[in-house]
Amino acid sequence: MKPLANVTSEASDTGPSSFTLDGQAIDFAAGETILQAVIRAGQYIAHLCWHPGYPAQGACRLCTVSVDGRMASACTVQAQAGQMVQSRTDALHSLRRSLLQMLFVEGNHFCPSCEKSGNCRLQASAYEAGMTEPHFEEFYPQRRVDASHPDILLDHNRCILCGLCVQASQLFDNKDDFAMGGHGTQTNLLVNSISGLLQDSSIAVTDHAMQICPVGALMAKRQGFLTPIGQRRYDLHPISQDREDSDELRTPP
Amino acid sequence: LINHQRVVTKLTTERIAQMAVLIEQAVPLELWPSSWSAVNDNIQHAGALLGTQPAPGVALAAAMARQPQGMLDEIKQANLRGCGGAGYATASKWQLCRDTPGQARYVVCNADEGEPGTFKDRVLLASFADTVFEGMSIAAWATGAQHGLLYLRGEYCFLLAPLQAVLQHRRQQGLLGKSILGQPGFDFDIQIHVGAGAYVCGEESALIESLQGRRGTPGIRPPYPAQRGYLGLPTVVNNVETLCAVSHIAWRGARWWTGMGTAQSSGSKIHSISGDCARPGLYEYAYGTSVQHMLLDCGAQCTQAVQIGGPSGVCVSASEFARSICFEDLASAGAFMVFDESRDMFEVARSFAQFFAHESCGFCTPCRVGSELVLRQLDKIQRGHGGNQDLAQLSQLGQIMQSSSHCGLGASAGGMLQNSISKFPLSYQRRLSRHFVPGFDLDAELSQARLAGARHVAATHLQTLP
Repeated sequence: MKPLANVTSEASDTGPSSFTLDGQAIDFAAGETILQAVIRAGQYIAHLCWHPGYPAQGACRLCTVSVDGRMASACTVQAQAGQMVQSRTDALHSLRRSLLQMLFVEGNHFCPSCEKSGNCRLQASAYEAGMTEPHFEEFYPQRRVDASHPDILLDHNRCILCGLCVQASQLFDNKDDFAMGGHGTQTNLLVNSISGLLQDSSIAVTDHAMQICPVGALMAKRQGFLTPIGQRRYDLHPISQDREDSDELRTPP
Repeated sequence: LINHQRVVTKLTTERIAQMAVLIEQAVPLELWPSSWSAVNDNIQHAGALLGTQPAPGVALAAAMARQPQGMLDEIKQANLRGCGGAGYATASKWQLCRDTPGQARYVVCNADEGEPGTFKDRVLLASFADTVFEGMSIAAWATGAQHGLLYLRGEYCFLLAPLQAVLQHRRQQGLLGKSILGQPGFDFDIQIHVGAGAYVCGEESALIESLQGRRGTPGIRPPYPAQRGYLGLPTVVNNVETLCAVSHIAWRGARWWTGMGTAQSSGSKIHSISGDCARPGLYEYAYGTSVQHMLLDCGAQCTQAVQIGGPSGVCVSASEFARSICFEDLASAGAFMVFDESRDMFEVARSFAQFFAHESCGFCTPCRVGSELVLRQLDKIQRGHGGNQDLAQLSQLGQIMQSSSHCGLGASAGGMLQNSISKFPLSYQRRLSRHFVPGFDLDAELSQARLAGARHVAATHLQTLP
């Protein structure tokens, strides 16, 4: 990663509690990570496995940035005064596109037939990154659909293993309905119930664990098309201009 | 081979045939010849660490005579660096742990020796366990820890009973337990935890997750384990060999240790030499010893390449054999795999890629998906279906994994690939097709249709591949 030539002069403009993001000063509060500060400032760095109010995980790696010349995930690095953070570079755009393509080929993602289309953060992030094709070889994995629950559908084909439902269930719903299991390409979302099925877990359709799913893996039944295609969240504006994260930063779940 | 936690070594065709007979006759494992389970130390060249050992208690008494901070300073003066691969300064780790407030502190010995091609820790635990445990006690003295944990690699479970016996003996000698060596308030004991076989658990934060009964995935650092480790308490995690060195330094002093090695890499290092050589086994040398010197000692001939530090390390080709093993040049976790000219370095890389894809913990995208994509791409080239674009894509995947993975596993997997492509381009080039070959086999895709139609004539086949 080549640092921009003009960054050094701009860095001197930053205050005692600010760093630069692509040359622009960003203020941060003590203890904030780079991503927290950037989102609170109304700026955008792509991310899928981080959600305001929950601890950073560093799993999807989409928020990878260059911090003083070193690659790091913005969600896990503490903000420090004077840091030079670069996000909008050709190399990082290309990296994010590749990571998104990896997430697409790893699962079975068929946007045209998915109820989440238009509300999906994976799809919206891919549009934002200018991804036009999967590029890599599709894995076409054999994955299950768990339709056992009366109100909730769990489609493992669409799961991107972000771990947000695991966090939300434990930290917000005060339940423990999900866990990650397996390793390598066999990594999968587990339902903590005797049968391993959603119907025998304690999840309810109102739980944050269900609502937090960035993709169409966990969906409320019978609501898939309440909002018509074309009028959905990311149909109206690109994800980079979505203020969901910064709103929620002010009022944590 | 490990069968129901019983190790069978030196597998030959003959032994496998004999084994098959025993299995067919339903002979229980306990009645299999015990010689089959013999694990030899195979020490070929002993130095400071594998030579004379301090008698139990002697190094600890020497450490206690120095007071905790004094012992820590001794390790600092010795400039001891971790022997598990990262080479982090041991004294800095200890100081951070000692200075972090906590209701209790832990000393963890990382005996999850999982890097392919390394077996030095196994020998240290099998033959010098007292020195290892004494190193843990010294770490406890210096950092103010009360509890010790040895994280034993699952495949080394055959060492569990002997290690427990050593611990018991040390308790009887007053070297573990309450008021160690009569020092009121110095209470420290060690428990052994057996791992379940995940390579990633050799990474210290994943190891701590595993110790706590959780899924072994690497955590976010900082905070480092020395600040917030096992059960959230300050925890020092050191490699087996590092703790051995601690005992020797306590016993013989920092000056003795810095008398060996180079400016930035003091002391002595144990290497597990394997592969194409006449005398594989353990070799100990002062830091700064050249690859060439070691190749000569182990009787390697017509050597094409040496993989230093295992698949996660670096591969050096013949033109680099004058380089030496030390932190200034070639850092090594101890594996030294020799490949002679008969070996195909493409196949070496493919087998390492298989290892990484299998051992990826699945936590982060670039490693979980990238390691599988790398493997598929290498398999495609191996089948003769690869073109220049496949090689370019491999390099790109290697770079993505190296730059964006969450932990060292994904980064090393990417580094290994890039290293291999740049050093042995011919072994890749000679497999490439001169024409573009699609990523999938059209003819194979039609197999289901042929099956359904029960037609296998030439017209139902597509010749798209050379």
